[in-house]
Amino acid sequence: MSKLHTVNKSPFEKNSLDACIRLAKEGGAVLLFEDGVYGATKGTVISDKVTAAMKGLTFYVLGPDMKARGIRDDQLLDGVKVVDYGGFVDLVADHDNVQPWL
Amino acid sequence: MKLGILINEGPYNHQASDSAYQFTKAALEKGHEIFRVFFYNDGVNNATRYSIPPQDDRNITQQWTELAEKHDLDLVVCVAAAQRRGIIDEGEQERNGKDGNNIAPGFRISGLGQLIEAGIQADRLVTFGD
Repeated sequence: MSKLHTVNKSPFEKNSLDACIRLAKEGGAVLLFEDGVYGATKGTVISDKVTAAMKGLTFYVLGPDMKARGIRDDQLLDGVKVVDYGGFVDLVADHDNVQPWL
Repeated sequence: MKLGILINEGPYNHQASDSAYQFTKAALEKGHEIFRVFFYNDGVNNATRYSIPPQDDRNITQQWTELAEKHDLDLVVCVAAAQRRGIIDEGEQERNGKDGNNIAPGFRISGLGQLIEAGIQADRLVTFGD
């Protein structure tokens, strides 16, 4: 069973990304969207934790939400994949279920 | 694939309704079926036809109405959440002795069972909100 985890809040506002990383099973995927995209950026207090979590989880970020917040591709952590809404739909379809971290 | 959508946040709040709308549109474009869109908690505020956003802003309720008309979507509003927040259709207006109703075209008011059914019938349930 591989799960898609969705995180829509900034890691500097809520601990949902932290909880997601702590509890998500290996082999799952994490999609960062809305204010959650800040969790995919370099040089923050949570960057190392996200990078370490990439050993077991694949990280995606929603491109339109990232661009809306002025985040450039070169500011993303290495290994984070950018998807559009169509890619979001594919992620939902390709995983067994979706776990929102609200 | 059959998808269910749950929206727990009102319009013009953070981004939940916009995200859900863009996701639903993308899913339809990819040929997926939207089994139901369920509006719960403050999400019921998406269903009022009386909102008047500035002309250069998107009208979230109208966007849902148009998408529902185009793709025959089932937009369901939770009755208990709606009553608390003054979202009323003709039936609720009569039952509760109110002087009007405000539900937008394409939306219908029903119970939480509709969300459970969406969870069972759809292959995936995708949640948007706080």
